[in-house]
Amino acid sequence: MDYRKKDIRNALLFISPWIIGFLVFTLYPILSSLYYSFCEYKVIKAPVFIGLRNYINLFGDKSYLAALGNTVYMLIFGVPVTTVTAVAVSILLNNKHLHHAGIFKVVFFIPTLVPTIVACFLWIWMFQSGGIVNTVLGYFGISGPAWLSSITYAKPAFIFYMIWTIGNAVIIYLAGLQDIDPNLYEAAEIDGAGFIRQTMSITIPLLRSTILYNMVTLIIGVFQWFAEPLIITEGGPGNATLFYSLYLYQNAFRFFKMGYACAMGWVLLVISLAIILVLFKVFKFGEAEN
Amino acid sequence: MKKRKIKYDSIEYSPSVIARKVVMYAILTLISVAFVAPIAFMFLGSFKMTKELARVPFKWMPDSFNFTNFKAVFEKIPFFLYLKNTLIIVFFNMIGSLVSNSLVAYGFSRIKWPGRDKVFILVIVTMILPFQITMVPLYLMFNKWGWIGTFLPLTFTCFFGYPFYIFLIRQFLIGLPAELSESAKIDGAGEFRIFWQLTLPLAKPVLATVAIFAFMKSWNDYIGPLIFLSDQKLYTLSLAASMLKSNLDPQWTVLLALGSMMVMPVLILFFVLQKYFIQGVTMSGIKG
Repeated sequence: MDYRKKDIRNALLFISPWIIGFLVFTLYPILSSLYYSFCEYKVIKAPVFIGLRNYINLFGDKSYLAALGNTVYMLIFGVPVTTVTAVAVSILLNNKHLHHAGIFKVVFFIPTLVPTIVACFLWIWMFQSGGIVNTVLGYFGISGPAWLSSITYAKPAFIFYMIWTIGNAVIIYLAGLQDIDPNLYEAAEIDGAGFIRQTMSITIPLLRSTILYNMVTLIIGVFQWFAEPLIITEGGPGNATLFYSLYLYQNAFRFFKMGYACAMGWVLLVISLAIILVLFKVFKFGEAEN
Repeated sequence: MKKRKIKYDSIEYSPSVIARKVVMYAILTLISVAFVAPIAFMFLGSFKMTKELARVPFKWMPDSFNFTNFKAVFEKIPFFLYLKNTLIIVFFNMIGSLVSNSLVAYGFSRIKWPGRDKVFILVIVTMILPFQITMVPLYLMFNKWGWIGTFLPLTFTCFFGYPFYIFLIRQFLIGLPAELSESAKIDGAGEFRIFWQLTLPLAKPVLATVAIFAFMKSWNDYIGPLIFLSDQKLYTLSLAASMLKSNLDPQWTVLLALGSMMVMPVLILFFVLQKYFIQGVTMSGIKG
Protein backbone atom coordinates (compact mmCIF):
# COMPACT_ATOMS: atom_id res chain seq x y z
CA MET A 1 0.00 0.00 0.00
CA ASP A 2 1.35 3.38 -0.79
CA TYR A 3 0.74 6.35 1.39
CA ARG A 4 0.37 9.91 0.30
CA LYS A 5 2.91 12.25 1.79
CA LYS A 6 0.20 14.73 2.55
CA ASP A 7 -1.72 12.11 4.51
CA ILE A 8 1.27 11.34 6.69
CA ARG A 9 1.77 15.01 7.43
CA ASN A 10 -1.91 15.49 8.21
CA ALA A 11 -2.02 12.40 10.42
CA LEU A 12 0.94 13.65 12.41
CA LEU A 13 -0.78 16.98 12.87
CA PHE A 14 -3.97 15.32 14.06
CA ILE A 15 -2.28 13.06 16.58
CA SER A 16 0.24 15.69 17.69
CA PRO A 17 -1.64 16.46 20.94
CA TRP A 18 -1.26 12.84 21.93
CA ILE A 19 2.42 12.74 20.87
CA ILE A 20 3.21 15.74 23.06
CA GLY A 21 1.10 14.40 25.91
CA PHE A 22 2.70 10.97 25.66
CA LEU A 23 6.23 12.35 25.68
CA VAL A 24 5.75 14.98 28.39
CA PHE A 25 3.11 13.50 30.68
CA THR A 26 3.73 9.77 30.28
CA LEU A 27 7.10 8.74 28.87
CA TYR A 28 9.24 11.33 30.64
CA PRO A 29 7.57 10.73 34.04
CA ILE A 30 7.92 6.96 33.65
CA LEU A 31 11.60 7.16 32.80
CA SER A 32 12.33 9.63 35.56
CA SER A 33 10.36 7.44 37.95
CA LEU A 34 12.66 4.56 37.01
CA TYR A 35 15.68 6.75 37.62
CA TYR A 36 14.35 8.10 40.94
CA SER A 37 13.65 4.56 42.07
CA PHE A 38 17.43 4.10 42.23
CA CYS A 39 17.87 7.32 44.19
CA GLU A 40 17.37 8.74 47.60
CA TYR A 41 15.18 11.76 46.86
CA LYS A 42 13.65 13.92 49.55
CA VAL A 43 12.46 16.80 47.34
CA ILE A 44 14.48 19.50 49.14
CA LYS A 45 17.79 17.93 48.13
CA ALA A 46 18.78 16.73 44.66
CA PRO A 47 18.41 12.97 44.06
CA VAL A 48 21.39 10.86 45.14
CA PHE A 49 22.02 7.60 43.31
CA ILE A 50 21.90 4.66 45.72
CA GLY A 51 21.54 1.73 43.34
CA LEU A 52 19.14 -1.00 44.35
CA ARG A 53 18.88 0.06 47.98
CA ASN A 54 15.23 1.21 47.72
CA TYR A 55 14.21 -2.13 46.28
CA ILE A 56 16.18 -4.05 48.90
CA ASN A 57 14.72 -1.93 51.69
CA LEU A 58 11.20 -2.75 50.52
CA PHE A 59 11.62 -6.35 51.62
CA GLY A 60 12.65 -5.37 55.12
CA ASP A 61 9.87 -2.79 55.50
CA LYS A 62 7.15 -4.22 57.72
CA SER A 63 4.55 -1.67 56.60
CA TYR A 64 5.31 -2.44 52.97
CA LEU A 65 4.91 -6.16 53.53
CA ALA A 66 1.66 -5.48 55.40
CA ALA A 67 0.41 -3.37 52.51
CA LEU A 68 1.36 -6.08 50.05
CA GLY A 69 -0.36 -8.69 52.24
CA ASN A 70 -3.55 -6.62 52.52
CA THR A 71 -3.61 -6.13 48.77
CA VAL A 72 -3.15 -9.86 48.19
CA TYR A 73 -6.01 -10.45 50.66
CA MET A 74 -8.24 -8.26 48.48
CA LEU A 75 -7.10 -10.15 45.37
CA ILE A 76 -7.84 -13.53 46.95
CA PHE A 77 -11.15 -12.65 48.59
CA GLY A 78 -12.40 -9.34 47.21
CA VAL A 79 -11.87 -9.93 43.49
CA PRO A 80 -13.53 -13.40 43.28
CA VAL A 81 -16.47 -12.40 45.51
CA THR A 82 -17.03 -9.23 43.51
CA THR A 83 -16.71 -11.05 40.18
CA VAL A 84 -19.12 -13.82 41.19
CA THR A 85 -21.66 -11.26 42.43
CA ALA A 86 -21.40 -9.20 39.25
CA VAL A 87 -21.74 -12.24 36.97
CA ALA A 88 -24.64 -13.64 39.02
CA VAL A 89 -26.50 -10.32 39.01
CA SER A 90 -25.93 -9.96 35.26
CA ILE A 91 -27.20 -13.46 34.52
CA LEU A 92 -30.33 -12.71 36.55
CA LEU A 93 -30.81 -9.40 34.77
CA ASN A 94 -30.40 -11.07 31.40
CA ASN A 95 -33.08 -13.66 32.15
CA LYS A 96 -35.78 -13.72 29.51
CA HIS A 97 -38.54 -13.88 32.12
CA LEU A 98 -37.47 -10.66 33.82
CA HIS A 99 -39.64 -7.77 32.70
CA HIS A 100 -38.15 -4.86 34.61
CA ALA A 101 -34.48 -5.35 33.82
CA GLY A 102 -34.12 -1.65 32.96
CA ILE A 103 -34.99 -0.49 36.47
CA PHE A 104 -32.68 -3.01 38.12
CA LYS A 105 -29.89 -2.05 35.75
CA VAL A 106 -30.20 1.58 36.84
CA VAL A 107 -30.18 0.53 40.49
CA PHE A 108 -26.90 -1.33 40.10
CA PHE A 109 -25.33 1.47 38.11
CA ILE A 110 -26.22 4.35 40.44
CA PRO A 111 -23.50 3.70 43.06
CA THR A 112 -20.82 4.25 40.40
CA LEU A 113 -22.10 7.82 40.03
CA VAL A 114 -21.43 8.77 43.63
CA PRO A 115 -18.28 10.88 44.16
CA THR A 116 -15.54 8.97 45.99
CA ILE A 117 -15.52 11.27 48.97
CA VAL A 118 -19.29 10.98 49.43
CA ALA A 119 -19.24 7.19 49.09
CA CYS A 120 -16.52 7.10 51.73
CA PHE A 121 -18.63 9.22 54.12
CA LEU A 122 -21.44 6.73 53.69
CA TRP A 123 -19.14 3.82 54.41
CA ILE A 124 -17.77 5.39 57.58
CA TRP A 125 -21.25 6.19 58.78
CA MET A 126 -22.90 2.90 57.83
CA PHE A 127 -20.17 0.64 59.17
CA GLN A 128 -19.62 2.29 62.54
CA SER A 129 -20.57 0.12 65.49
CA GLY A 130 -24.06 1.61 65.85
CA GLY A 131 -24.49 2.15 62.11
CA ILE A 132 -27.12 0.93 59.72
CA VAL A 133 -25.28 -2.25 58.81
CA ASN A 134 -25.30 -3.43 62.39
CA THR A 135 -28.86 -2.23 62.88
CA VAL A 136 -29.97 -4.40 59.98
CA LEU A 137 -27.90 -7.31 61.27
CA GLY A 138 -29.62 -6.74 64.60
CA TYR A 139 -33.00 -7.44 63.00
CA PHE A 140 -31.71 -10.95 62.42
CA GLY A 141 -30.38 -11.27 65.95
CA ILE A 142 -26.75 -10.82 64.93
CA SER A 143 -24.70 -8.30 66.86
CA GLY A 144 -22.29 -6.89 64.33
CA PRO A 145 -18.68 -5.87 64.99
CA ALA A 146 -17.27 -2.35 64.95
CA TRP A 147 -16.27 -2.99 61.36
CA LEU A 148 -13.80 -0.24 60.58
CA SER A 149 -11.96 -0.31 63.89
CA SER A 150 -11.62 -4.08 63.88
CA ILE A 151 -8.50 -5.69 62.47
CA THR A 152 -10.56 -8.66 61.28
CA TYR A 153 -13.59 -6.86 59.86
CA ALA A 154 -12.13 -3.69 58.34
CA LYS A 155 -11.10 -5.40 55.10
CA PRO A 156 -14.49 -7.11 54.58
CA ALA A 157 -16.08 -3.66 54.86
CA PHE A 158 -13.91 -2.68 51.89
CA ILE A 159 -14.97 -5.80 50.00
CA PHE A 160 -18.56 -4.64 50.42
CA TYR A 161 -17.47 -1.36 48.89
CA MET A 162 -16.06 -3.23 45.90
CA ILE A 163 -19.32 -5.11 45.50
CA TRP A 164 -21.36 -1.93 45.80
CA THR A 165 -19.55 -0.42 42.83
CA ILE A 166 -20.00 -3.32 40.35
CA GLY A 167 -22.26 -1.20 38.11
CA ASN A 168 -19.82 -0.78 35.23
CA ALA A 169 -18.94 -4.46 35.22
CA VAL A 170 -22.63 -5.43 35.18
CA ILE A 171 -23.27 -3.29 32.11
CA ILE A 172 -20.30 -4.87 30.34
CA TYR A 173 -21.38 -8.40 31.34
CA LEU A 174 -24.89 -7.70 30.05
CA ALA A 175 -23.46 -6.66 26.68
CA GLY A 176 -21.45 -9.90 26.64
CA LEU A 177 -24.47 -12.00 27.59
CA GLN A 178 -26.55 -10.53 24.80
CA ASP A 179 -23.99 -11.70 22.27
CA ILE A 180 -24.59 -15.33 23.23
CA ASP A 181 -26.76 -17.11 20.65
CA PRO A 182 -30.16 -17.89 22.27
CA ASN A 183 -30.43 -21.04 20.15
CA LEU A 184 -27.72 -22.60 22.31
CA TYR A 185 -29.99 -22.39 25.35
CA GLU A 186 -32.93 -23.71 23.40
CA ALA A 187 -30.93 -26.72 22.29
CA ALA A 188 -29.72 -27.29 25.84
CA GLU A 189 -33.28 -27.08 27.14
CA ILE A 190 -34.41 -29.71 24.66
CA ASP A 191 -31.56 -31.91 25.85
CA GLY A 192 -32.91 -31.49 29.37
CA ALA A 193 -30.15 -29.26 30.78
CA GLY A 194 -31.35 -27.21 33.73
CA PHE A 195 -30.53 -23.61 34.58
CA ILE A 196 -27.36 -24.41 36.53
CA ARG A 197 -26.09 -26.76 33.85
CA GLN A 198 -26.80 -24.17 31.14
CA THR A 199 -24.98 -21.50 33.12
CA MET A 200 -21.92 -23.64 33.71
CA SER A 201 -21.66 -25.13 30.22
CA ILE A 202 -22.83 -22.29 28.00
CA THR A 203 -22.91 -18.92 29.74
CA ILE A 204 -19.65 -18.96 31.70
CA PRO A 205 -17.45 -20.40 28.90
CA LEU A 206 -18.82 -17.97 26.33
CA LEU A 207 -18.53 -15.05 28.72
CA ARG A 208 -14.87 -15.89 29.33
CA SER A 209 -13.29 -12.92 27.60
CA THR A 210 -15.68 -10.48 29.28
CA ILE A 211 -14.91 -12.02 32.67
CA LEU A 212 -11.21 -11.72 31.92
CA TYR A 213 -11.57 -8.06 30.97
CA ASN A 214 -13.54 -7.21 34.11
CA MET A 215 -11.19 -9.15 36.36
CA VAL A 216 -8.16 -7.38 34.93
CA THR A 217 -9.88 -4.03 35.48
CA LEU A 218 -10.72 -5.04 39.04
CA ILE A 219 -7.20 -6.25 39.83
CA ILE A 220 -5.62 -3.09 38.47
CA GLY A 221 -8.19 -1.20 40.54
CA VAL A 222 -7.21 -3.02 43.74
CA PHE A 223 -3.54 -2.23 43.21
CA GLN A 224 -4.34 1.43 42.55
CA TRP A 225 -6.78 1.81 45.41
CA PHE A 226 -5.95 4.59 47.75
CA ALA A 227 -8.50 7.36 47.96
CA GLU A 228 -11.01 5.10 49.72
CA PRO A 229 -8.74 3.62 52.40
CA LEU A 230 -7.13 7.04 52.85
CA ILE A 231 -10.45 8.70 53.62
CA ILE A 232 -12.21 5.86 55.43
CA THR A 233 -9.51 4.40 57.68
CA GLU A 234 -6.17 6.03 56.81
CA GLY A 235 -4.80 2.49 56.71
CA GLY A 236 -5.85 1.58 60.23
CA PRO A 237 -6.54 -0.04 62.59
CA GLY A 238 -2.92 -1.07 62.94
CA ASN A 239 -2.03 -1.58 59.32
CA ALA A 240 -5.14 -3.61 58.57
CA THR A 241 -6.29 -1.49 55.62
CA LEU A 242 -2.94 -0.18 54.49
CA PHE A 243 -3.17 -1.09 50.80
CA TYR A 244 -0.40 -0.95 48.25
CA SER A 245 -1.05 2.42 46.67
CA LEU A 246 -2.04 4.03 49.95
CA TYR A 247 1.37 3.21 51.36
CA LEU A 248 2.97 4.46 48.15
CA TYR A 249 1.05 7.72 48.49
CA GLN A 250 2.05 8.08 52.13
CA ASN A 251 5.72 7.58 51.28
CA ALA A 252 5.59 10.16 48.53
CA PHE A 253 3.45 12.87 50.07
CA ARG A 254 3.60 12.29 53.81
CA PHE A 255 7.16 11.05 54.39
CA PHE A 256 8.51 12.70 51.22
CA LYS A 257 10.52 9.62 50.27
CA MET A 258 10.05 10.15 46.56
CA GLY A 259 12.68 7.63 45.43
CA TYR A 260 11.25 4.94 47.67
CA ALA A 261 7.72 5.65 46.38
CA CYS A 262 8.97 5.34 42.80
CA ALA A 263 10.52 1.97 43.56
CA MET A 264 7.14 0.88 44.94
CA GLY A 265 5.53 2.14 41.75
CA TRP A 266 7.80 0.00 39.59
CA VAL A 267 7.22 -3.11 41.66
CA LEU A 268 3.49 -2.36 41.32
CA LEU A 269 3.80 -2.14 37.55
CA VAL A 270 5.72 -5.40 37.29
CA ILE A 271 3.31 -7.26 39.59
CA SER A 272 0.22 -6.05 37.77
CA LEU A 273 1.69 -6.89 34.36
CA ALA A 274 2.60 -10.37 35.60
CA ILE A 275 -0.91 -10.97 36.94
CA ILE A 276 -2.48 -9.78 33.71
CA LEU A 277 -0.24 -12.07 31.65
CA VAL A 278 -1.02 -15.06 33.85
CA LEU A 279 -4.75 -14.34 33.61
CA PHE A 280 -4.55 -14.17 29.82
CA LYS A 281 -2.82 -17.57 29.83
CA VAL A 282 -5.34 -19.08 32.23
CA PHE A 283 -8.27 -17.93 30.15
CA LYS A 284 -6.48 -19.05 26.96
CA PHE A 285 -7.41 -15.77 25.45
CA GLY A 286 -8.08 -15.73 21.72
CA GLU A 287 -7.73 -19.50 21.43
CA ALA A 288 -10.60 -21.47 19.94
CA GLU A 289 -13.07 -18.65 20.41
CA ASN A 290 -16.51 -19.95 19.32
CA MET B 1 -33.27 -4.13 25.97
CA LYS B 2 -34.73 -6.43 23.36
CA LYS B 3 -36.96 -9.16 24.61
CA ARG B 4 -37.06 -12.50 22.87
CA LYS B 5 -40.45 -13.55 24.12
CA ILE B 6 -42.45 -14.96 21.31
CA LYS B 7 -40.69 -18.30 21.15
CA TYR B 8 -41.17 -19.06 24.82
CA ASP B 9 -44.87 -18.32 25.13
CA SER B 10 -45.81 -21.95 25.59
CA ILE B 11 -43.64 -22.40 28.67
CA GLU B 12 -44.07 -18.88 30.03
CA TYR B 13 -46.70 -19.81 32.64
CA SER B 14 -45.79 -23.32 33.76
CA PRO B 15 -45.61 -23.61 37.59
CA SER B 16 -41.85 -24.14 37.66
CA VAL B 17 -41.31 -21.01 35.60
CA ILE B 18 -43.48 -18.98 37.94
CA ALA B 19 -41.65 -20.34 40.97
CA ARG B 20 -38.33 -19.51 39.39
CA LYS B 21 -39.57 -16.04 38.54
CA VAL B 22 -40.61 -15.38 42.15
CA VAL B 23 -37.19 -16.45 43.41
CA MET B 24 -35.47 -14.31 40.80
CA TYR B 25 -37.47 -11.20 41.62
CA ALA B 26 -36.96 -11.77 45.34
CA ILE B 27 -33.19 -12.04 45.02
CA LEU B 28 -32.90 -9.03 42.73
CA THR B 29 -35.16 -6.89 44.90
CA LEU B 30 -33.20 -7.77 48.00
CA ILE B 31 -29.85 -6.89 46.42
CA SER B 32 -31.32 -3.73 44.89
CA VAL B 33 -32.52 -2.52 48.27
CA ALA B 34 -29.02 -3.03 49.65
CA PHE B 35 -27.58 -1.07 46.71
CA VAL B 36 -29.92 1.89 47.01
CA ALA B 37 -30.03 1.98 50.81
CA PRO B 38 -26.80 3.97 51.31
CA ILE B 39 -27.94 6.70 48.95
CA ALA B 40 -31.48 6.79 50.29
CA PHE B 41 -30.00 6.95 53.76
CA MET B 42 -27.89 9.94 52.75
CA PHE B 43 -30.79 11.92 51.28
CA LEU B 44 -33.03 11.21 54.25
CA GLY B 45 -30.22 11.73 56.73
CA SER B 46 -29.44 15.17 55.36
CA PHE B 47 -32.81 16.36 56.75
CA LYS B 48 -32.23 14.91 60.21
CA MET B 49 -30.96 16.61 63.32
CA THR B 50 -27.76 15.34 64.91
CA LYS B 51 -29.60 13.68 67.79
CA GLU B 52 -32.09 12.15 65.42
CA LEU B 53 -29.34 10.64 63.30
CA ALA B 54 -27.73 8.94 66.27
CA ARG B 55 -31.02 7.70 67.71
CA VAL B 56 -31.34 4.04 68.67
CA PRO B 57 -33.23 2.21 67.31
CA PHE B 58 -32.50 3.60 63.88
CA LYS B 59 -35.34 5.24 62.00
CA TRP B 60 -35.30 5.82 58.24
CA MET B 61 -37.57 8.82 57.91
CA PRO B 62 -36.61 12.20 59.39
CA ASP B 63 -39.06 13.70 61.91
CA SER B 64 -39.55 16.63 59.58
CA PHE B 65 -38.08 17.82 56.33
CA ASN B 66 -36.23 21.00 57.20
CA PHE B 67 -33.25 22.48 55.45
CA THR B 68 -31.12 23.46 58.46
CA ASN B 69 -28.26 21.20 57.40
CA PHE B 70 -28.18 22.62 53.90
CA LYS B 71 -28.04 26.14 55.30
CA ALA B 72 -25.23 25.01 57.59
CA VAL B 73 -23.19 23.88 54.57
CA PHE B 74 -23.14 27.47 53.29
CA GLU B 75 -22.17 28.79 56.73
CA LYS B 76 -19.36 26.33 57.30
CA ILE B 77 -17.62 26.49 53.94
CA PRO B 78 -17.56 29.04 51.11
CA PHE B 79 -19.67 26.65 49.06
CA PHE B 80 -19.93 28.79 45.94
CA LEU B 81 -16.18 29.35 45.76
CA TYR B 82 -15.58 25.60 45.86
CA LEU B 83 -18.38 25.00 43.40
CA LYS B 84 -16.83 27.54 41.03
CA ASN B 85 -13.40 25.89 41.36
CA THR B 86 -14.88 22.49 40.67
CA LEU B 87 -16.78 23.79 37.66
CA ILE B 88 -13.66 25.46 36.22
CA ILE B 89 -11.83 22.14 36.37
CA VAL B 90 -14.85 20.27 35.01
CA PHE B 91 -15.25 22.75 32.15
CA PHE B 92 -11.65 22.49 30.96
CA ASN B 93 -11.74 18.73 31.33
CA MET B 94 -14.76 18.50 29.07
CA ILE B 95 -13.48 20.96 26.46
CA GLY B 96 -9.94 19.59 26.50
CA SER B 97 -11.09 15.99 26.27
CA LEU B 98 -13.47 16.68 23.39
CA VAL B 99 -11.04 18.74 21.33
CA SER B 100 -7.84 16.76 21.78
CA ASN B 101 -9.29 13.25 21.70
CA SER B 102 -11.46 13.78 18.65
CA LEU B 103 -8.46 15.15 16.74
CA VAL B 104 -6.20 12.31 17.81
CA ALA B 105 -8.83 9.63 17.22
CA TYR B 106 -9.40 11.02 13.73
CA GLY B 107 -5.68 10.69 13.00
CA PHE B 108 -5.82 7.08 14.16
CA SER B 109 -8.85 6.09 12.13
CA ARG B 110 -9.72 8.25 9.12
CA ILE B 111 -6.26 8.81 7.65
CA LYS B 112 -4.02 6.02 6.36
CA TRP B 113 -0.38 6.16 7.37
CA PRO B 114 2.37 3.58 7.86
CA GLY B 115 2.56 2.02 11.32
CA ARG B 116 -0.74 3.55 12.40
CA ASP B 117 -2.13 0.48 14.09
CA LYS B 118 1.15 -0.28 15.82
CA VAL B 119 1.28 3.19 17.33
CA PHE B 120 -2.32 2.76 18.36
CA ILE B 121 -1.36 -0.33 20.36
CA LEU B 122 1.00 1.95 22.27
CA VAL B 123 -2.00 4.17 23.10
CA ILE B 124 -3.87 1.11 24.41
CA VAL B 125 -0.90 -0.05 26.45
CA THR B 126 -0.63 3.31 28.21
CA MET B 127 -4.21 2.76 29.35
CA ILE B 128 -3.11 0.06 31.81
CA LEU B 129 -0.23 2.09 33.24
CA PRO B 130 -1.03 2.81 36.86
CA PHE B 131 -1.27 6.50 37.71
CA GLN B 132 0.87 5.74 40.77
CA ILE B 133 3.92 5.29 38.58
CA THR B 134 3.72 8.71 36.98
CA MET B 135 2.21 10.47 39.98
CA VAL B 136 5.45 11.26 41.80
CA PRO B 137 7.47 12.49 38.78
CA LEU B 138 4.48 14.53 37.58
CA TYR B 139 4.22 16.16 40.97
CA LEU B 140 7.95 16.96 40.94
CA MET B 141 7.74 18.29 37.38
CA PHE B 142 4.72 20.51 38.09
CA ASN B 143 6.42 21.65 41.26
CA LYS B 144 9.45 22.73 39.27
CA TRP B 145 7.21 24.58 36.82
CA GLY B 146 5.47 26.37 39.68
CA TRP B 147 2.16 24.72 38.82
CA ILE B 148 1.42 23.21 42.23
CA GLY B 149 -1.30 25.28 43.82
CA THR B 150 -2.77 26.23 40.45
CA PHE B 151 -5.46 24.56 38.35
CA LEU B 152 -3.00 23.85 35.53
CA PRO B 153 -2.07 20.24 36.41
CA LEU B 154 -5.78 19.38 36.36
CA THR B 155 -6.82 21.48 33.35
CA PHE B 156 -3.91 22.05 30.96
CA THR B 157 -3.06 18.35 30.82
CA CYS B 158 -6.54 17.53 29.47
CA PHE B 159 -5.66 19.04 26.10
CA PHE B 160 -3.14 16.30 25.25
CA GLY B 161 -5.32 13.27 24.75
CA TYR B 162 -6.53 10.62 27.16
CA PRO B 163 -6.01 7.03 25.89
CA PHE B 164 -9.39 5.70 26.97
CA TYR B 165 -11.29 8.48 25.19
CA ILE B 166 -9.09 8.18 22.10
CA PHE B 167 -9.99 4.51 22.06
CA LEU B 168 -13.73 5.20 22.39
CA ILE B 169 -13.86 7.79 19.62
CA ARG B 170 -11.59 5.80 17.31
CA GLN B 171 -13.80 2.72 17.63
CA PHE B 172 -16.70 4.85 16.49
CA LEU B 173 -14.95 6.66 13.63
CA ILE B 174 -13.43 3.52 12.19
CA GLY B 175 -16.95 2.22 11.60
CA LEU B 176 -17.92 5.14 9.36
CA PRO B 177 -17.83 4.41 5.59
CA ALA B 178 -14.66 5.36 3.69
CA GLU B 179 -16.70 7.04 0.93
CA LEU B 180 -17.58 9.75 3.41
CA SER B 181 -14.21 11.44 3.06
CA GLU B 182 -13.29 10.17 -0.41
CA SER B 183 -15.97 12.07 -2.28
CA ALA B 184 -15.25 15.20 -0.28
CA LYS B 185 -11.56 14.89 -1.13
CA ILE B 186 -12.37 14.69 -4.81
CA ASP B 187 -14.29 17.93 -4.36
CA GLY B 188 -11.09 19.40 -3.00
CA ALA B 189 -11.93 19.58 0.70
CA GLY B 190 -8.97 19.63 3.07
CA GLU B 191 -8.53 17.06 5.82
CA PHE B 192 -9.46 19.47 8.59
CA ARG B 193 -12.66 20.48 6.86
CA ILE B 194 -13.64 16.84 6.43
CA PHE B 195 -12.94 16.33 10.11
CA TRP B 196 -14.86 19.38 11.25
CA GLN B 197 -17.79 19.51 8.86
CA LEU B 198 -18.40 15.89 7.88
CA THR B 199 -17.02 13.60 10.56
CA LEU B 200 -17.67 15.36 13.86
CA PRO B 201 -21.41 15.88 13.30
CA LEU B 202 -21.75 12.12 12.75
CA ALA B 203 -19.74 11.36 15.88
CA LYS B 204 -22.11 13.21 18.22
CA PRO B 205 -23.18 10.12 20.20
CA VAL B 206 -19.63 9.11 21.10
CA LEU B 207 -18.65 12.72 21.80
CA ALA B 208 -21.59 12.95 24.20
CA THR B 209 -20.29 9.84 25.96
CA VAL B 210 -16.80 11.29 26.25
CA ALA B 211 -18.17 14.59 27.54
CA ILE B 212 -20.15 12.75 30.22
CA PHE B 213 -17.15 10.64 31.23
CA ALA B 214 -14.96 13.73 31.45
CA PHE B 215 -17.58 15.45 33.56
CA MET B 216 -17.94 12.49 35.91
CA LYS B 217 -14.22 11.95 36.21
CA SER B 218 -13.45 15.55 37.15
CA TRP B 219 -16.55 16.15 39.26
CA ASN B 220 -15.90 13.00 41.31
CA ASP B 221 -12.11 13.25 41.40
CA TYR B 222 -10.48 13.33 44.79
CA ILE B 223 -6.88 12.24 44.21
CA GLY B 224 -5.93 14.79 41.56
CA PRO B 225 -7.03 17.86 43.54
CA LEU B 226 -5.58 16.34 46.72
CA ILE B 227 -2.12 16.06 45.22
CA PHE B 228 -1.97 19.15 43.02
CA LEU B 229 -4.09 21.83 44.72
CA SER B 230 -2.23 22.86 47.82
CA ASP B 231 -3.98 26.22 48.14
CA GLN B 232 -7.22 26.15 50.12
CA LYS B 233 -8.67 28.89 47.90
CA LEU B 234 -8.51 26.47 44.97
CA TYR B 235 -10.17 23.55 46.72
CA THR B 236 -12.85 21.57 44.94
CA LEU B 237 -16.07 20.36 46.56
CA SER B 238 -14.50 16.94 47.19
CA LEU B 239 -11.57 18.46 49.04
CA ALA B 240 -13.87 20.81 50.95
CA ALA B 241 -15.96 17.83 52.01
CA SER B 242 -12.89 16.00 53.21
CA MET B 243 -11.74 19.13 55.07
CA LEU B 244 -15.12 19.40 56.76
CA LYS B 245 -14.89 15.76 57.78
CA SER B 246 -11.47 16.11 59.35
CA ASN B 247 -12.78 18.75 61.74
CA LEU B 248 -12.47 17.68 65.34
CA ASP B 249 -16.19 17.17 65.64
CA PRO B 250 -17.48 16.37 62.17
CA GLN B 251 -21.19 17.09 61.98
CA TRP B 252 -22.53 14.16 60.08
CA THR B 253 -25.85 15.73 59.26
CA VAL B 254 -24.04 18.58 57.50
CA LEU B 255 -21.70 16.18 55.70
CA LEU B 256 -24.68 14.22 54.46
CA ALA B 257 -26.31 17.41 53.22
CA LEU B 258 -23.13 18.36 51.34
CA GLY B 259 -22.91 14.82 49.97
CA SER B 260 -26.50 15.05 48.73
CA MET B 261 -25.71 18.33 47.03
CA MET B 262 -22.73 16.73 45.27
CA VAL B 263 -24.61 13.62 44.15
CA MET B 264 -27.76 15.38 42.96
CA PRO B 265 -26.36 16.98 39.76
CA VAL B 266 -24.79 13.69 38.69
CA LEU B 267 -28.01 11.77 39.27
CA ILE B 268 -30.06 14.31 37.31
CA LEU B 269 -27.54 14.18 34.47
CA PHE B 270 -27.66 10.41 34.52
CA PHE B 271 -31.44 10.22 34.29
CA VAL B 272 -31.52 12.72 31.43
CA LEU B 273 -28.65 11.18 29.45
CA GLN B 274 -28.87 7.56 30.56
CA LYS B 275 -28.43 6.22 27.03
CA TYR B 276 -24.98 7.77 26.64
CA PHE B 277 -23.77 6.57 30.02
CA ILE B 278 -24.70 2.96 29.30
CA GLN B 279 -23.41 3.18 25.73
CA GLY B 280 -20.02 4.42 26.88
CA VAL B 281 -19.59 1.75 29.51
CA THR B 282 -20.67 -0.94 27.06
CA MET B 283 -18.15 0.28 24.49
CA SER B 284 -15.35 0.20 27.03
CA GLY B 285 -15.88 -3.54 27.40
CA ILE B 286 -15.60 -4.55 23.77
CA LYS B 287 -11.92 -4.16 23.24
CA GLY B 288 -10.92 -7.75 24.16
